[in-house]
Amino acid sequence: MSQDWIEREIIIEASRERVWSVLTDAHHIARWFGDSAEIDLRPGGHASFGWKDDGTYLAVVERVDEPNVLSYRWARGVDEKPAEGTSTLVEFTLTEVPLGTLLRVVETGFASLHGTEAAQERAANENTEGWTQELAELKEYAERQAA
Amino acid sequence: MADPTRRQLLDMLAADGPATASTLAAGLPISRQAIVKHLAILAGAGLVTSSKHGRDVRFVVETERLAQTAHWMAGLAAEWDARLAMIKQIAEAQR
Repeated sequence: MSQDWIEREIIIEASRERVWSVLTDAHHIARWFGDSAEIDLRPGGHASFGWKDDGTYLAVVERVDEPNVLSYRWARGVDEKPAEGTSTLVEFTLTEVPLGTLLRVVETGFASLHGTEAAQERAANENTEGWTQELAELKEYAERQAA
Repeated sequence: MADPTRRQLLDMLAADGPATASTLAAGLPISRQAIVKHLAILAGAGLVTSSKHGRDVRFVVETERLAQTAHWMAGLAAEWDARLAMIKQIAEAQR
C-alpha cells in the first residue's frame, strides 16, 4: 500500500441530522472517540479528545457544513497542538442514501508526518499484535448491538 | 486529498525501480522542483531513500518500510472501522 490516507465508510440507518449530532455532540463523541471530549464547533474552534489510559489529544476544527461535512486536524501526540508534520486531517462526509446516511471518513497526511514520529507510532503499534484483532471484535460487537 | 502526487511517485518508483527527480518529472505534469519537495517528504517518512551516482541523485522505495507503514495504516483503518460502527450504533439507537 503506497497511499498516505485512510478512507472508510459505513451506511447508517438514520437521518443525516442524527448522524451529524453523534459526530459533533461532545457527549456522543465521548462514546465513540475516547472517554471524554470537548468541541467548539466552528472553523478554528478547539477540540480535545481524552483517553483515560493515554491522555488528551488536541484538534482544531477546519470545516463545519451541517449536516454535510465536518473536518478537523488532530495532533498525533498527547497534549500537542496540531501542526504540520505532527497532525493529520480527518474529514467526515455525510451523504443521503435510500437506507439513511452514508458516512465516509477520510484521514489524510500520514506521509507528511515527521519520520521519527511516524516511526514511533509504528513501533508502538507493532508491539500490540492483538490490537487489530481486538478492534475487529469491537466492530462485530457494535454491529450486533445495532442489528 | 493529500496527496495523490506522492502516491503516484511511490507507485512509479515501485514499478520502474530507482529513478532521479528529472526522470520522474518527465512522466508527470508537475515541475521537477515540486517533485523534489514531495520526495523530501517521502524521505522524511522513511518511505524512500536517495543515493548519489555521479551527478545524479537516485531515489528508491524502501519496500520494508512501506510494508511496515501498510501494516500501521491497516491498524489505523481498523480503528476507524470500529469508530464508525460505534457511531452507527449510537445513531440507530436514538430512533
